[in-house]
Amino acid sequence: MMALQPLFAAWFADLMDLGGLLLVIPLMLPVVGLLLALIVRGRSLGRFALALLLLGLTSAAAITAAVATGDQALHYQLGGWAPPLGVALKADGLSAVMLLTTAVVLLGVGIYAQRGFQVPAGLPETRRSLAFWTLLCGIWGGINTVFLGQDLFTLFVALELLTFSAVPLVALDGRPETLAAALRYLLFALLGSVLYLLGAVLFYGTYGTLDIALLADLIAGADALPPAVPVAAALMTVGLLAKTALFPLHLWLPPAHAGAPPAASAVLSALVVKASFFLILRIWFDLMPALLTLTAAQVLGALGAAAILFGNLVALRQTRLKLLIAYSTLAQIGYLFLIFPLAAGGSSVAITAGALQVVSHACAKAAMFMAAGLIAAALGHDQIRGLGGIGRALPLTVLAFGLAGLSLIGLPPSGGYLVKTLLSAEAIGTGQWWWYLVVQVGGLLTAAYLFFVLSQALSASPQPTIPREHPRLVQQLVVLALALCALLLGLLPLSAVDLLEIGRPAAADSGAASALLADAWSLDKLWSGLWPVLIVAALVIAVRYRQQRKPVEPEGIKPTAAPGRALDQLDSLLRQWPVGGLLLLVLVAALVQTMLVGR
Amino acid sequence: MTSALVVDAALVLLVLGLALWITAARAAYGAAVGFVAYGLLLTLIWVRLAAVDVAMTEAALGSGLTGLLLLGAAARLAPYEAAEHQRRPGLGLRVLVGVLCAAIAAGLAAVVLLLPDPAPSQALAVAAHLPATGLGNPVTGVLMAYRAVDTLLESVVLVPALIGVWSLSTEMGWGGRPGFLTPWRSGSALPLLARVLPPFGILVGIHLVWAGADDPGGKFQGAAVLAAMWILVMVAGLREPPRVSDRLMRFLLVVGPLCFIGIGAAGIRLAGAFLAYPEAYAKPLIIAIEVGLTISVTAVLGLLLAGPPVPEPQYQRQSRRRS
Repeated sequence: MMALQPLFAAWFADLMDLGGLLLVIPLMLPVVGLLLALIVRGRSLGRFALALLLLGLTSAAAITAAVATGDQALHYQLGGWAPPLGVALKADGLSAVMLLTTAVVLLGVGIYAQRGFQVPAGLPETRRSLAFWTLLCGIWGGINTVFLGQDLFTLFVALELLTFSAVPLVALDGRPETLAAALRYLLFALLGSVLYLLGAVLFYGTYGTLDIALLADLIAGADALPPAVPVAAALMTVGLLAKTALFPLHLWLPPAHAGAPPAASAVLSALVVKASFFLILRIWFDLMPALLTLTAAQVLGALGAAAILFGNLVALRQTRLKLLIAYSTLAQIGYLFLIFPLAAGGSSVAITAGALQVVSHACAKAAMFMAAGLIAAALGHDQIRGLGGIGRALPLTVLAFGLAGLSLIGLPPSGGYLVKTLLSAEAIGTGQWWWYLVVQVGGLLTAAYLFFVLSQALSASPQPTIPREHPRLVQQLVVLALALCALLLGLLPLSAVDLLEIGRPAAADSGAASALLADAWSLDKLWSGLWPVLIVAALVIAVRYRQQRKPVEPEGIKPTAAPGRALDQLDSLLRQWPVGGLLLLVLVAALVQTMLVGR
Repeated sequence: MTSALVVDAALVLLVLGLALWITAARAAYGAAVGFVAYGLLLTLIWVRLAAVDVAMTEAALGSGLTGLLLLGAAARLAPYEAAEHQRRPGLGLRVLVGVLCAAIAAGLAAVVLLLPDPAPSQALAVAAHLPATGLGNPVTGVLMAYRAVDTLLESVVLVPALIGVWSLSTEMGWGGRPGFLTPWRSGSALPLLARVLPPFGILVGIHLVWAGADDPGGKFQGAAVLAAMWILVMVAGLREPPRVSDRLMRFLLVVGPLCFIGIGAAGIRLAGAFLAYPEAYAKPLIIAIEVGLTISVTAVLGLLLAGPPVPEPQYQRQSRRRS
């Protein structure tokens, strides 16, 4: 073992020396895996995928190390053809961190899923096993290409790879309601693809290139804005919003993310929705930073704020654990869009906060979905009211669930705390206090439902809980490890935060994010974040105590019944096809309008 | 000149009218038939625009194979259509959606009309570098050299799509044969057609691939023709579709993209970049990739239409009922 270490170090150094060529590995490794998975013997598929994921993690680490030590982005021209004729790849600090996060989360999911997707003795191959492992590779390939691609059409193909791999995962259990959820997801995501492609075509028709860097120069250099540009931007943004499931375009997300098998839910919630968000980020901050008018930014921010409030409130009403986690994803996506109004002034702090939110939510949500999967397998159901006694039966899993939850609430030292600190500081600093309020209220609502779930899980059950299916220790440990990743993100050295800015358009306030974060550890700051959460915890315990003395109501906590029912009605209204389609069209028109008016 | 203008105007009006008719059609089957005709009209328009490669792709894939998929789906959905019509949204909502769609379409049309004229294009650069690839067809140059990665990823996307279709089977059906293309009644002319047509069809398909290097054509169009011949043979009951666990079929599914990646990786050593070709061997290598991709794309397209696998007893039952 000791002899292997220098060998590995030397190999790793060789990898880093590859420079731009290194980017081909995360691009092609998942694709090769997807293809070979069809030929590999069915019984060894899980281990084959695991080996690939380990290689993928190594290459992602090498890219991150190369970007960090070189202090510049890695570039590569495929086939040796320079854009606009050819297609370029680029990994700046942001993409490198995203590649690394993807590799870590997928490795965790890969270890966790060994049990659920193994082939039973006596069979050469099963439907579930082949579909899961091949599609996991497909998702991985799509996401990596999204992070590296610099060409709008290549990015479209990457989105297609991602969508076609993600949709069947939803229906892997084969129940009618999951098939319906998958079809809903497929149709809405394809609608998004069409809008994106239309936008890309308009860019090509206007400028004759699809390369992001070239387009950015052309757009920045033009005196007058061609009319096609705001239309293209609006089409692409709304198409990607549909794929990201930002409120009010979330009609497909709750049934899809709650109906998939836990390992698949983890990937869909942690990673897949972030890929389309990443492209929105690229479009607005790399492709045409000057076009982010104040009104457009406020519209996107308002949708994000609505997602935070609405998602968290509806999560409070859920009776099933997986649906609660799915609605929490809806809310957490909202934080990603608060960065638009906060970064519209050209500050890089909000973008850093968005990237940190992607990373910490990816780890935390993957851990939560997988923990919920273990809990549901042990209990045979995932009713929140029936969680009593599970804390005693699966202590590690419930601990992991709780720790991941701390990151979603935004308690120190989690990644969520960094996000909240940066967003709050920017909101106050730019005089937009309303976003500050949203961030704080969102955290407290999250705390309310997580404490409710935990208090149920930790309560004693009348009968001793005997797990139907006891999880493997390694599964529990993987879930705990991912939860710890999210929780301890805040303890990373501040240089890790600066890494996010490498290779990005120079901002006037480079290093501002790490300066803000260095200031985040004073006692009064920590306390000011903590006491409201403690009050919420006390309230939840009080409500629980009262409920235990009264006859049990069959549903989630209801502060008051009438507003709750109205919320449910609003949610079911928004999740109807005609309404979703209508909102999609309205958003396109509204975004075009904001870009034209605000100039 | 004027006669061409009349033909073009007629084509445009026909396409628009047909599009409206498809949108308004109540029966899915009728809409699918309309869609096939729409694709053929679009093909004519591409020919009029001198984009023969696009025209061929539209005819083979957009109209032909997609049309087959849609017709199959419409036929299967027919029993449920009436119930679905009951749940149509109200008139007010439909009018609102229609108005919004029309407004956005009009906006898009205006923007397209305002695009720069002449359109900025890479056509000159494409032509200037074409000799380095040894190819004569600039479209093939774009697909196989300049933007090879897109073509590679497109051919890979077909695999998860097929797995998506397969994953709709039951766990019991896994390992069985796809169940959508059970043989047609005997006594129809289909078996005869399936014996007479394929030799010519296969020849045409191979010609399209081979000619694609220098003239309009290529692997996707060729593969669509070849897949159509294979489907014809399966529907006529002359050959059964392969089991999804068939090793040879699995290999054929992935041989093309794997060969593409392999040659691309060799390019790192031989030509200095991933997906680059050494100049002296560029054309043979590209043709080798095209042949591999043709095999894989044919297999995927045929199997996409053949549908998810069903358990062996069910397959036998379906075959007996039909014959």
